Amino acid sequence: MEFVFDWFRTLYQETGINLPFLYDEYDRNRMIGGFLTTIWLSLVCLFFSVIIGVIGAWLQGSSFKWTRRIVNGYIQLFRNTPPLVQLYFFYFAIGTLLPRVENDWGGQSPILGSFAWAAISLSFFAGAFNVEIFRSGIEAVPKSTVEAAEALGFSKLQIYRDITLPLAFRVVLPALNNNLVNLVKTTTLAYAIAVPEMLYEANQIWSDNVNVTEMMIFLLLAYFALVGVLVSGMNRWERAMKIPGYG
Amino acid sequence: MNLKTLATTLVVSALSVTAASADILDTIKERGKLIVGTKADYKPYGFLDTDGNIIGIEPDLAKDVADKLGVEVEFVPVVSSNRMQFLEQGKIDLMIATMTDKPDRREIVLIPDPNYYSSGTNVLALKSLGLKEWEDLRGKPVCGIQGAFYNKATSQTYGAEIVAFKGTAEAYSALQGGNCAAFVYDDSAIVAKAAEPEWADYEMPLQTIDDAPWGLAVALGEDNFAELMSEMIIDWHKSGRILELETKWGVTNTPFAQAMHEKYK
Repeated sequence: MEFVFDWFRTLYQETGINLPFLYDEYDRNRMIGGFLTTIWLSLVCLFFSVIIGVIGAWLQGSSFKWTRRIVNGYIQLFRNTPPLVQLYFFYFAIGTLLPRVENDWGGQSPILGSFAWAAISLSFFAGAFNVEIFRSGIEAVPKSTVEAAEALGFSKLQIYRDITLPLAFRVVLPALNNNLVNLVKTTTLAYAIAVPEMLYEANQIWSDNVNVTEMMIFLLLAYFALVGVLVSGMNRWERAMKIPGYG
Repeated sequence: MNLKTLATTLVVSALSVTAASADILDTIKERGKLIVGTKADYKPYGFLDTDGNIIGIEPDLAKDVADKLGVEVEFVPVVSSNRMQFLEQGKIDLMIATMTDKPDRREIVLIPDPNYYSSGTNVLALKSLGLKEWEDLRGKPVCGIQGAFYNKATSQTYGAEIVAFKGTAEAYSALQGGNCAAFVYDDSAIVAKAAEPEWADYEMPLQTIDDAPWGLAVALGEDNFAELMSEMIIDWHKSGRILELETKWGVTNTPFAQAMHEKYK
């Protein structure tokens, strides 16, 4: 590995192309940390936003008026406000209202840190879209199928879990794919509340080394690769779930 | 590059020739008024009182200059991005505006020696944490400003975990919210913040690092005025005027001001 690092150091000295995260150990660790934080934040948000979508879409079909109203209110609130504003709101407005806990350096700190707030805020943001996406899939399931299940004595939850949702999943995958790709890209906003993800670390590195151009190019390629992996995974899933003759 | 430098030198020398022929000291005395550019948003170095007058340490220094010349003083508020231009354009005669003395700035304006003040990096932290030295920050989250050059040093040398925000307002808010143990920033700004009543529980506990001197400036070519200012600055240090003003405006005496006082005493 060492000769690769040296090669990039020589590249900088010879050509002025400065990639310090490849030859400088400190910057390298920062960049790796940023990369892992981005992946971890993305996975957490992907998971919870899909869960929120599935549960929200189910509650939307509830026979209680107020359940439907609350879900719709949540969707309107989170879909119609910018994600950056939501992040600031959670971190600076809600975060300071919550009780504090004793921390290990003898002070008082909020229960939730910047990473937790980023995960919560972005999950709710993407979740609001996911609810609508799942609703579109549920509405695409023929009414006769649901009626057939009812006739066989399935309960409401059973119908949703075993009949409607699996069929709906196939319909919504392309739209869900879109939204999840967007979610991964939106994790960059978390740098505003100092979550040490890739954009944040790149920003620190280019401030110290004044190599803005190189870092911008690297960031673009890094996200291109990261989202590419997600998209190919989703496409594979889409193919695997295909039922011949259905949709 | 060489041509550019040559051209700059020619322009600069041409400017200094024309400027030197009409000495600004004569103009000031004729006008009966010294026009000084100071900050109006940098408490306590230059800020506005409730009546909208510019007051602070630097306006007080400017008054000393006006008294010496036997004229009135007028303040023009400047910001970092226009202070040198105002001087070049002749809108102000003298600039005392928390400017860090740098070689490239010395090519644009005339900065008389010695430096009158200095500031560096320090932290703002809760008194109850009882920080004593920079090493105490190891492993603790420390707020900072994105792009500040001392973030890397603070984390690399002292092992602090930098939590950097876009602006000072967010960083101060995060510090108050308990998201970080301290806020690393310019010591001169921290001094002012710690003096505010709502920050009474906070202090600036560490020894300032990365000290960089401040320079006051006159327009290029005003050698007589610069010479007069050099004498004034030495006099300020000698008489302990800077220390006195720091005390007057609620700033703990800085090591730089103390050292300069010792040197010229």
